[in-house]
Amino acid sequence: MNFPLNQEVWDAVCLTLELAASVTVILLALATPLAWWLSQTRSPWRVPVAALATLPLVLPPSVLGFYLLVAMGPHGPLGQLTQALGWGVLSFTFTGLLIGSVIFSLPFALQPIQNAFEAMGTRPMEVAFTLRATPMDAFFTVALPLARPGLLTASILTFSHTVGEFGVVLMLGGNIPGKTRVVSTQIYGQVEAMQYTQAHWLAGGMLLFSFATLLALFMVRKRTGQVPP
Amino acid sequence: MTDTDGLRIALRLARDGFALQVDVVLPATGITAVFGASGSGKTSLLRCVAGLERASNGLISLGKVPWQDASRSIFVPPWERDLAYVFQEASLFEHLNVQDNIAFGLKRVKKPRASAALSQAVELLGIGHLMQREVGSLSGGERQRVAIARALATQPRLLLLDEPLSALDLARRQEILPWLEKMRDELRVPMLYVTHSADELARLADHLVVLERGALKACGAAQDVLARVQSPVIVGEDAGVLLRGTVVQRDALWHLAKIEFPGGFLWVRDSGTALGQQVRLRVLARDVSIATNEAQGTSVQNHLPGQIEAIVEDTHPSQALVRVRCGASVFLARITQRAVSLLRLSEGAVVWVQVKSVALIG
Repeated sequence: MNFPLNQEVWDAVCLTLELAASVTVILLALATPLAWWLSQTRSPWRVPVAALATLPLVLPPSVLGFYLLVAMGPHGPLGQLTQALGWGVLSFTFTGLLIGSVIFSLPFALQPIQNAFEAMGTRPMEVAFTLRATPMDAFFTVALPLARPGLLTASILTFSHTVGEFGVVLMLGGNIPGKTRVVSTQIYGQVEAMQYTQAHWLAGGMLLFSFATLLALFMVRKRTGQVPP
Repeated sequence: MTDTDGLRIALRLARDGFALQVDVVLPATGITAVFGASGSGKTSLLRCVAGLERASNGLISLGKVPWQDASRSIFVPPWERDLAYVFQEASLFEHLNVQDNIAFGLKRVKKPRASAALSQAVELLGIGHLMQREVGSLSGGERQRVAIARALATQPRLLLLDEPLSALDLARRQEILPWLEKMRDELRVPMLYVTHSADELARLADHLVVLERGALKACGAAQDVLARVQSPVIVGEDAGVLLRGTVVQRDALWHLAKIEFPGGFLWVRDSGTALGQQVRLRVLARDVSIATNEAQGTSVQNHLPGQIEAIVEDTHPSQALVRVRCGASVFLARITQRAVSLLRLSEGAVVWVQVKSVALIG
């Protein structure tokens, strides 16, 4: 039997982990303020913004990938901008892949955090205000710590969703070994090339990883569920 | 007390079904109870004082410090008002232990004597042994005591309490009431205490604000407000007066205590209160009867001479509510209109008040 972890596979695994970790960090920073705004605001923009942020959940990845590809391409608005800034064209690069993945996984980060903020209610913030905390202070010392289970769920979901994505990656990244080829596209390539043994190893690894992730997620939920409201 | 020392609350706030509309100056001393049925606007009033809700056209000031003045476009946010708030249900931060909960406000007020204020609050509420505990492991009563200590530790100029005992069962309430009495007697901080409990009001209130569907029904010293006969303020099951007295004698043979109050004395059941102790007595109108001369051969042992100040019709046409002055105190008596007529009772008449039952509270 061939040792499955040759250089090519190893590159794909590393790239996948790097992508998933970067997306998770970026999305936590972006989705947290957005989730807070959505949970607090009474603005008429709330519903349209919420719908827009949930769109990647229902949109076929190929559709999202297609639009992003066009936008980031040399003649697209984003491509024009990045070229004007001297960053070149982002399609078929890791950065392009990162931007696409961030947008694609946004609902998975947003929902758990928003739910946590909404479940908290207004009372903890009001209590903090009467104890002299400014809104910013109260957000960091009360709202964020209380939303920790939601942040953890968001991290796990975002990370694993990014690891498992395929359509957007294929459309935007172009499956370039060492640059934009991740595990899911690697498996696709192996199957195309009839390398079933290697595909088995990698697919089995993904299966185990996904199961472990969900197991961790449910254990987090169970533990936090025991904390009285 | 002058205008500038007090808490001025003038506001209008539209609510579903009614409008909260008050304009009062409350003394910045002791406990002012805000009393009313649920839905009378008590909590809204408190939230406006705290700045958690904003009434248009509001004027709220404590002493010379304006917290809200719509005419001058002043609205001080809650975190800049020198007050503390105890919420109805225990509102401790679940992610912090008891110590860190209490330190939360303390760290932010930047006042001198912070550590002294902390230990005073902790000692006053008897929670020293809980400091390292997680919030989730506390009982309901303990949680509310920690919440009160957390509020006190900020050394506020005004303490707002929104039905702090209503989420607790009777036993837990009895556990906390003595701590609240201690706070009233030992601290200088004025308190605004929202309640719909007659017991809490009778035990704690120095002053009383009565709200009815958002409107101010009565306001003044608790004793005076409760002794009104014109549209009497019904607290609990019946109208009744509040007396303050001192335990001057204890009769071991009959298990009775003699309570002296301005206007006479009453014998009440001895519940172990020490001699010299200040106590409050609540006498309900239905437990007071009137005689034209001192009754002989009656089981009612408490008789006091007095003079009728007012006789008004009660809610039922058969009943009358009579206010009798005994020295510096007054009693309310509920008797029948027939009795008023047969005994030829009238304002200014000298009578004997017979008190059948007295509740000794705290």
